[in-house]
Amino acid sequence: MKFAVIVFPGSNCDLDMYHAVKDELGEEAAYVWHDETSLEGFDAVLLPGGFSYGDYLRSGAIARFSPIMKAVEKAAAEGKPVLGVCNGFQVLLEAGLLPGAMRRNAKLTFICKQTELEIKNKSTMFTTGYADEETITIPVAHGDGNYYCDEATLKTLKDNNQIVFTYKDDINGSVANIAGITNENGNVLGMMPHPERAVDDLLGSADGLKLFQSIVKYWREQHAITS
Amino acid sequence: MMYEVKVYVTLKEGVLDPQGSAVKNSLHHLGYEGVEEVRIGKVMTLRIEAEEDTIDAQVKEMCDKLLANPVIEDYTYETEEVVSS
Repeated sequence: MKFAVIVFPGSNCDLDMYHAVKDELGEEAAYVWHDETSLEGFDAVLLPGGFSYGDYLRSGAIARFSPIMKAVEKAAAEGKPVLGVCNGFQVLLEAGLLPGAMRRNAKLTFICKQTELEIKNKSTMFTTGYADEETITIPVAHGDGNYYCDEATLKTLKDNNQIVFTYKDDINGSVANIAGITNENGNVLGMMPHPERAVDDLLGSADGLKLFQSIVKYWREQHAITS
Repeated sequence: MMYEVKVYVTLKEGVLDPQGSAVKNSLHHLGYEGVEEVRIGKVMTLRIEAEEDTIDAQVKEMCDKLLANPVIEDYTYETEEVVSS
């Protein structure tokens, strides 16, 4: 399986994402620069964290118009797994691929720590590997992670089971403690915590690895030779 | 014609403004107890060369597409013709 790691000017978790896929997951990965226009040949798309375009104007607002985003939208429409982490999540929100928006953290501080997450939906293509876990530990590192959506959107998210991860404790003021959501189709996941930084016990947690393994499992099932 | 456009972007009413709350508390500490609310926004100044009948539509489009995020922000703007002397 081949993962694209999109690199915007100011991305800084692209190497971690690449390492997670290549070394820990054992799958193929390649960097794709933001001014490329095609994602042909890739089976999944990863939008890493960082500070694309210096977070100018709003986090993700400028990256959202990068040439590669048309191809990301196409991959999303085709049902390919698309994962946006942290700034990647913000880009997906700004692009309208996921509903809602991010505000400054409620207490204004940049939060960088291990965080306990509750898994709200274990049947997505990103979470089937978590069958036995109720909570997982994955680090966050963000200043603008205070998720907002209006009540009607929140109801839709709940009705469609689009809320995948919530913070066990309110760390940043997010509506309904939301840490990660999918689109209605379930193939685009945005999350503030960094699963790519939790892929080995040496890093303090290996709980993020199962997320990537879930994607591979889903892909294998989709591409199994049936005769 | 050349226009100078001022775009004001503010958080929508009902969307909590963490920066505004912090500044409000600070003003209270300074003794300005009468301050009931502080909302922080952005002002952007643009110079745009455009025809009189398209300037309005252009600015609106820029705001909707990029300058403001309609999920959490409102915007207003003023346009003024720049007269060269």
